Amino acid sequence: MADGTSVPIGVISPTGAVARPRSSMKKLAQRKSTTAFLLCLPLIVLVAGFVVYPAFYAIYLSMLNKKMTAFVGLGNFAFLLKRHTFQLVIFQSCLFAITAVVFKALLGFILAHLMHNLAGKNQRIWRGLLLVPWVIPLALSTLTWWWMFDPSYSAFNWILNRLGFASVPWLGVGWIARFCTITVNIWFGTPFFMIMYLAALKSVPEQLYEAAAIDGAGTVQKLFFVTLPMMRNIIAITVLFSLIVTFADFDIVRILTSGGPQDMTHVFATYAFQVGIQSGDIPLGAADSLFMFPILAFAAFFVLRGVTRRTKEIAA
Amino acid sequence: MSATTLGSAQDRHIARRHSLHRQRQWALWGSYIALGVFVVIFLAPPFYTVMTSLKSSAEISSESGNPWYAHHPTLENFWYLITYPNFQTYYLNSVIVTVLTVAISMTISVLAAFSLARMGFWGSQTLSTSVFLTYLIPPSLLFLPLFQIVGWISLINSYWCLVLLYPTLAVPFCTWIMIGYFSSIPKELDEAALIDGAGYLQILWRIFIPVAMPGIIAATIFAFTVAWGAFLYPLAYLYTSNQMVLTVGIVSDLIRGDVFQWGKIMAANLLASLPPIIIYACLMDYYVAGLTAGATKG
Repeated sequence: MADGTSVPIGVISPTGAVARPRSSMKKLAQRKSTTAFLLCLPLIVLVAGFVVYPAFYAIYLSMLNKKMTAFVGLGNFAFLLKRHTFQLVIFQSCLFAITAVVFKALLGFILAHLMHNLAGKNQRIWRGLLLVPWVIPLALSTLTWWWMFDPSYSAFNWILNRLGFASVPWLGVGWIARFCTITVNIWFGTPFFMIMYLAALKSVPEQLYEAAAIDGAGTVQKLFFVTLPMMRNIIAITVLFSLIVTFADFDIVRILTSGGPQDMTHVFATYAFQVGIQSGDIPLGAADSLFMFPILAFAAFFVLRGVTRRTKEIAA
Repeated sequence: MSATTLGSAQDRHIARRHSLHRQRQWALWGSYIALGVFVVIFLAPPFYTVMTSLKSSAEISSESGNPWYAHHPTLENFWYLITYPNFQTYYLNSVIVTVLTVAISMTISVLAAFSLARMGFWGSQTLSTSVFLTYLIPPSLLFLPLFQIVGWISLINSYWCLVLLYPTLAVPFCTWIMIGYFSSIPKELDEAALIDGAGYLQILWRIFIPVAMPGIIAATIFAFTVAWGAFLYPLAYLYTSNQMVLTVGIVSDLIRGDVFQWGKIMAANLLASLPPIIIYACLMDYYVAGLTAGATKG
């Protein structure tokens, strides 16, 4: 907008710029911020059109009836909360997310520590090997897991039989199926924690350990009084990120069980898909998805608070 | 006399050093063994994928012998897929969608990150924060309203809707990484260029992009990963095989009713996982650096 006016003025009367340096500076600053805004415009359009607008539209959508002809207020939410299947969904989503994240965080921590003992070049190779689960697209690796859980000729049951145990109906019984979905998620997500923690471990200054050793700290004390406090921020951020992603997971449950047996493994995302796309009740599905929002907002609030506090610490 | 005590002290010292060294050696071996166990567990599924893909349908359906080992390895599954027109279509669609997504996402996020990190305007701080918040919104939260929106612009069952929607998943994090990298470039560099009469776009193109290349590589890999592996959007929005991408194509085409062609599914799985594995094998260091820098910076 400023381009059209300021450029010709500058060209026609170059003395004007010298005579009124303040206004030309102002114009320059204005032009700078206009350019800055234009550079951000694609981002703003994208986020406004495909994130912010759908978010508000989802709220509107969730208050319509199935044919989207009448306004039903909070009817869909009330209907869902009364439904036994949906109560299972809430329980399973929380169980899935919390169990998986705790195990991912623990295993990732152990792996990062083991990895930290190795020398640089070896570390790269081992890290590369352990990152493989995380590199393969999740939908595809879940297919392999499904095949490994296959009841008739399954890879796991063969091993169990060899060891003298009976076959397990992996995906056929509710609680075992829940265990399976969580296992796949842990398998997929642990490498992410590992590399985050490894980076954090590397950033802990060696002098701190030396000082602790001089003060007579043992391995356990070093872990609790040096390593963990230094890594606190990264642990918090990684856990919260992972909590969001795990909570909203779709691929694993959809492919492994499609929510079965008896809807015991449904999470919010898969249930929304079943209700919204497969049964064609888009408003009800949208209402189901929106139940994720408070939990996501809660996690996002803490992530953001951690981030700002950390950046302030760095600035100070 | 004194010489001998000195000698024994030295001996003791050496012995202690040895034991310390040995202790460290043991810790190292312990780490190797533990890591080895983890690697075996973590790589079991990929290994099983490879083994199954090498089996013929007859061998799989005979259900005898060790399933973890291909007794009569054959490449017939791979050959079937390479010559199978549907699979070629999926692959091509995936490549088109991914390349376009990466190009669009990187253009949007590099421009925006430059503006947010260096130029600033009224409300740019708020925008940075909201970009970060957008990253926290998972695809499964908005796929139903987006289903309606995609329907309005009549892109249901067209992979172009993925080209339109995938950037929303990639751009926030890419912008976030790029802001971090751009902010770490010393201000003197662009001030000098400004004094020399360079425009902002010139500064971005000539200075920022070359200097922040590691960050750009990291962000590109992230966008690639998102676009290549996404499953929910294509599953919800595409239903004919000429529009499908690899993830849904494999799941819905090769599984027909109760007939599971596991050998072919696993071979397809392997072929579809190859591009990410190759890219990570070559550029893993950049990606890990970008990812962890993004998290540690905030």
